[in-house]
Amino acid sequence: MNLILTFIQKAIGQGIAILFGASGEILIEKSGNLNLGIPGIMYMGGVSGLMGAFFYENSVENPNGFVGLLIAFAMALVVSALGGLIYAFLTISLRANQNVVGLALTTFGTGFGNFFGGSLSKLAGGVGQISVKTTGEAFRTTIPVLSEIPVIGPLLFSYGFLTYLSIILAFAITWFLTKTRKGLNLRAVGESPATADAAGINVTRYKYSATIIGAAIAGLGGLYYVMDYLGGTWIENGFGDRGWLAIALVIMALWNARSAIWGSILFGALYILYIYVPGLSRAMQEVFKMFPYLVTIIVLVFTSRRNKPENQPPASLGTSYFREER
Amino acid sequence: MNHKEPLVRMKKRSTVSLKQAVLVRLVAVLLSLVVCAVFIVIVTQQNPLQVYAGIVDGAVGTGRRAWVTVRETVVLLLIAVGLAPAFKMRFWNIGAEGQVLMGGLASAALMIYLGDLLPNVVLLVIIFVASMLAGLIWGYIPAFFKARYNTNETLFTLMMNYVAMQIVTFCIVFWENPAGSNTVGIINSASQKGWFPSIAGNSYILNVIIVLIFTVLMYFYMTYSKQGYEIAVVGESQNTARYAGINVKRVIKRTMMISGAICGLAGMVTVCGAGHTISTSTANGRGFTAIIVAWMAKFNPFFMVLISALLVFMQQGAIQIATQFGLNKNASDIITGIILFFLIGCEFFINYELEFRKKQKEA
Repeated sequence: MNLILTFIQKAIGQGIAILFGASGEILIEKSGNLNLGIPGIMYMGGVSGLMGAFFYENSVENPNGFVGLLIAFAMALVVSALGGLIYAFLTISLRANQNVVGLALTTFGTGFGNFFGGSLSKLAGGVGQISVKTTGEAFRTTIPVLSEIPVIGPLLFSYGFLTYLSIILAFAITWFLTKTRKGLNLRAVGESPATADAAGINVTRYKYSATIIGAAIAGLGGLYYVMDYLGGTWIENGFGDRGWLAIALVIMALWNARSAIWGSILFGALYILYIYVPGLSRAMQEVFKMFPYLVTIIVLVFTSRRNKPENQPPASLGTSYFREER
Repeated sequence: MNHKEPLVRMKKRSTVSLKQAVLVRLVAVLLSLVVCAVFIVIVTQQNPLQVYAGIVDGAVGTGRRAWVTVRETVVLLLIAVGLAPAFKMRFWNIGAEGQVLMGGLASAALMIYLGDLLPNVVLLVIIFVASMLAGLIWGYIPAFFKARYNTNETLFTLMMNYVAMQIVTFCIVFWENPAGSNTVGIINSASQKGWFPSIAGNSYILNVIIVLIFTVLMYFYMTYSKQGYEIAVVGESQNTARYAGINVKRVIKRTMMISGAICGLAGMVTVCGAGHTISTSTANGRGFTAIIVAWMAKFNPFFMVLISALLVFMQQGAIQIATQFGLNKNASDIITGIILFFLIGCEFFINYELEFRKKQKEA
């Protein structure tokens, strides 16, 4: 029983970073932009939050966890939004190919993260020496009282605030896209920018806003990983392929942020399953680590086979819009 | 009524002269170098000219370094050559990383299991076939589902990369040497079985020859063969292709088999011709960089050579300045990223021109 409880807890812990990335990417893709730069943006968000907290804690005598948290949060938002801005400028204003820009952004962002993360480690005196304990603790603060309840407490209330934020954001994005005028406009832009343009919607502005806000949300996934999951340190390439899983999750959730919540927990569970299955040899563990990708492939094949109209990507996904082109 | 004209408006260029196109790209490269210099100066607080001297020194400073740069360039070029037909067909093959890994894995496996049994030439021929076959299979799987159910190939090929990586770590468990190191180490370091032989005292000549042959073959295949033309038509419009009687599904599958096979061969060139080992970082992101190379060169092999050379030059140089100035090696990714942003961005100024608002006299 206890083992199952920890398993679910850890699965959620693994899933939250992916959920942030997927929610952000859903918002971006709904505007017709397929941003393959999300993995890079998540690295950028993570490392900048860490840098903010690090320099704050090292410059003050008695660092306050809450202030550190605010600084890290703001830094992550701003820097990942800047990453989104690079992508937006190149694809929307300069009409460059989205896949190519995205891949370049991922190269850049991953390098950015590992470079500054590594330099920070060196500054702190060696690998794994960065410690922003106070801020890390603040990110990991759980809900008091409620988290003490047996079973339900650890299952539902034992997480840092970013976990709850990610779930609230996922619901908010689904609500925004289906229930508000701006959300409907955004979807119109993603389906057919020319029609939206003719209807008087400012296509450029919608695309820019969605791309930048989505990038900022995705960057929080990196922040979550660095501050909450690792407790405030840097491991080179530690974030790994979670960014790509976030993009895969968008498809698995069929562009619905609300379903991405369950998907992210499933991905998280598959990601760590090998630790909890007893008696696995080292080779078999590697086979188990394949599961998240295999599941994604299977889902991809099945959704394309069923081919339902409501499960399709936004019609203009991946193409840039130029008004004078027909 | 007061109609305000926007300050700048853009229009599509109908034609662009080669001179203009080259000029725009040159300006972009120069600008990107300036931005890289600014970045380097901020981080290292060194004279940027000194830093660039360090980059040149690192890339071509000694004979050995120059050959490493050439070796890396041709591998990147070979992957880009492999990807070109797929992209020409508008099939987003993001899976080169995995196809290279599978080719490399097949090579390493044969080196380990057949290394003591066969003469080197026979072994290399077998590896040549097997590595291409491994890449071919890895490329065929997503193509099959694309042709059959129109499954999104971008994500399918992407996921295949990670499946390939897990297969590699799976094999490393059995091949690790020394035990417990979790790496394979240099394979056949004593017998040098399955290694590319050195020609005229240089161990990388064969790499260059293989890559150049395939680059030229691919150029003729794409420009002069019927199949190459079919690829171009499918890329332009699948409906037109269908109307013209081209079997689109067959073209997709056939092209991806070719694309995957060449990427698999790139795995052999990396394993047998350079590293003599296998790990998850054998492909080392080249599969992704090559996509950008192939796309930016508009599949023109000559431009592909130039762009891969530029990128590898800067990467090798960045490794050198990293050691020289005590930076960490990821600086090279940042520099690559900056150059790519500029090169990608400058395409706009080749395809479009900006027209500024003309000063109007007050009526």
